[in-house]
Amino acid sequence: MKIKSLVISAATVALASTAYIGLSVAFDDDSHDWGDYQVEDRRSGYTYRSAETRALQDDEFENPGMVGVDHGAELWNIAEGSEGKACADCHGDASESMAKVGATYPKFNAASSKPINVEQRINLCRVENMGAEPFKYESGEMLNMTAFVKNQSLGEPVNVVIDGEMAPFFEKGKEFYYERRGQLDMACSHCHEDNEGNMIRADHLSQGQINGFPTYRFKWQKLGSVHRRFRGCNKNIRATPYKYGSDEYVNLELYLTWRGRGLPIETPAVRN
Amino acid sequence: MLKQKSLAKLLPLTVAAAGFFATAAVADVAPSDVVIVDDNEIPQALTDTAGDAAKGRELAVNRKKGNCLACHVMPIDEHGFHGEVGPSLWGVGGNYSAAELRLRVVNYKVLNEDVIMPAFYVNSNKMHRVLKKFEDKTLLSAQEVEDIVAYLQTLTEEQPD
Ligand code: HEC
Ligand code: HEC
Ligand code: HEC
Repeated sequence: MKIKSLVISAATVALASTAYIGLSVAFDDDSHDWGDYQVEDRRSGYTYRSAETRALQDDEFENPGMVGVDHGAELWNIAEGSEGKACADCHGDASESMAKVGATYPKFNAASSKPINVEQRINLCRVENMGAEPFKYESGEMLNMTAFVKNQSLGEPVNVVIDGEMAPFFEKGKEFYYERRGQLDMACSHCHEDNEGNMIRADHLSQGQINGFPTYRFKWQKLGSVHRRFRGCNKNIRATPYKYGSDEYVNLELYLTWRGRGLPIETPAVRN
Repeated sequence: MLKQKSLAKLLPLTVAAAGFFATAAVADVAPSDVVIVDDNEIPQALTDTAGDAAKGRELAVNRKKGNCLACHVMPIDEHGFHGEVGPSLWGVGGNYSAAELRLRVVNYKVLNEDVIMPAFYVNSNKMHRVLKKFEDKTLLSAQEVEDIVAYLQTLTEEQPD
C-alpha cells in the first residue's frame, strides 16, 4: 500500500511539473469529438486538460484518486457507532444500491427542508442511522467515502431535480454564480462562461463543471471536495470564502450540477 | 473642472487608500476624488511624480500587482503564457492618450459595466465579501497607476503578424 502510493505520487509530481507544457495543446478545436464528455455546448473539464492528464484519469489503476475510492470501499464495510452497523449492513452491495445515486445530488431533504449533497447525506446516515460521529467535511474519510459513493455512478449522466421545492435554492445558486465578489470584483461567469476556452496566464479556462468531484488535483496531491474548489476560486479573486457545507455552497453546487446536466460522473476526475 | 480639495480632507483618505504602500506622496488623488471626464478619460495625473515606465512594465508582469499579462498579450518576451482574455496591448500607446489609458486602468467598468478587467484604483470597500486583509485598499497605489500608464504610453508599436 505504502509503496504503491509512493510510486503514484512520484509519477504525479512528474506529471504536475510537465502539465503546464501540455496545456499549450489547443483543445479549442470545436470539431473535435469529445464523445460523452460533451453534451451540446456543455463540456467536462476533462476536455480542457492535457492528454497526459486525461490518460491518467482514464486508467483505473494509475488514476491517483482510486486510492481514495479503494479506502472508501473498505470503510463501507466497517461497523461503527452505537448501532454497531456498517453502511453495507443497510445498503448491501454499493454497486447496486448506490448505482446512479451520485448523479442525482444535491437532493431535497425533507427533514431540513433544503437540498443536501452526498457528503451531507453520508453524515446523516452516520449520525442518525449508525449513531456514529459525523465525518469532518474535508477529512480523508469523508472525501474517500464520497468518492466511493460517486464512483458507483461512473459514466452515469448527471441528472438533478431543480423544480418544485428545489426551485428557490436553484435560484440562489444561480444568483451566486453571476454575482461579483472579492477585491478583483469578479463573478464565476466572468471566467467560466465568458472566457471558457481562453488562457488566463498559464491556466486554460474550462466551464468549471463539477461532474468529476471529489477530484484528484496535482496541486493538492490528494482528493478534494467541490467546496474546496469553490473556496479556492473565491480566494483567488480575494473574496472571503464560505464554510465547507454552507447553504451558499450547496445551492451553488446544485446550480453547477444542473449546468453540467447530461455530462457523465467522472469521480475521481484528475485535474492539474 | 478639477475639484478643489482641502488638505484636511485629502490626507486621511490617501493614507487609508495607500495602505501599506509606504511611498504614497501627500498629493496623491484619493480614489473617491478621481475626476472622470466624458466617461472616457482622467486627464489629471494621480500623483505629482511622473510615472516610471520601467517600473510600470514590472508591475504589469507581477501577479500580485497589475498581472496584466494574465489577460493581455504584451510585448514582454521574457515571460511566457500571455493571456487571451482581453485584447492585445501592442499599440495601445498609439491608440489612446495618457488620460484615456489612465481611465482604463483606474476603472474600466466606466466603459463596460460587465467587464472582467479589475478596477485598479477603486477602494475595495465598494466590493462584495472582500477578504479581510484586502479590505479598504486599492489594487494599485496612485503612483503604481501612473507607472503603468507611463509604460502603456511606450507601447506604440503594432504587433507583428
Ligand atoms: C441503519 C441503516 C443505515 C446505515 C447503517 C447507513 N444508511 Fe444510508 N440510508 C439509510 C436509509 C434508510 C436511507 C434512505 C433515507 C431516505 O430515503 O430518506 C439511506 C440513504 C443513503 C443515501 C442516499 C441514497 C439516495 O438514493 O439518495 C446514501 C448516499 C447513503 N445512505 C450512504 C450511506 C453510507 C455511506 C453509509 C455508511 C457510512 C450509510 N449510508 C449507512 C440507512 C442506512
Ligand atoms: C479569475 C478567473 C476565475 C474565476 C472568477 C473563477 N474561477 Fe473557477 N477556475 C479558474 C481556473 C483558472 C481554474 C482551473 C482551470 C479550469 O478548469 O478552468 C478553475 C477551476 C474551477 C473548477 C474545477 C473544474 C474541473 O474541471 O475540475 C470549478 C468547479 C470552478 N473553477 C468553479 C468556480 C466557481 C463556482 C466560481 C465562482 C464562485 C469560480 N470558479 C470563479 C478560474 C476562475
Ligand atoms: C482579468 C482580465 C484582465 C486583466 C487582469 C487586465 N485586463 Fe485589461 N482588459 C481586459 C478585457 C476583457 C478588456 C476588453 C474590455 C472591453 O472590450 O470592453 C481589457 C481592455 C484593456 C485596455 C483597452 C485595450 C483596447 O485596445 O481598447 C487596456 C489599455 C487594458 N485593458 C490595460 C490593462 C492593464 C494595464 C492591466 C494591468 C494593470 C490590465 N488591463 C489587466 C481584461 C483584463
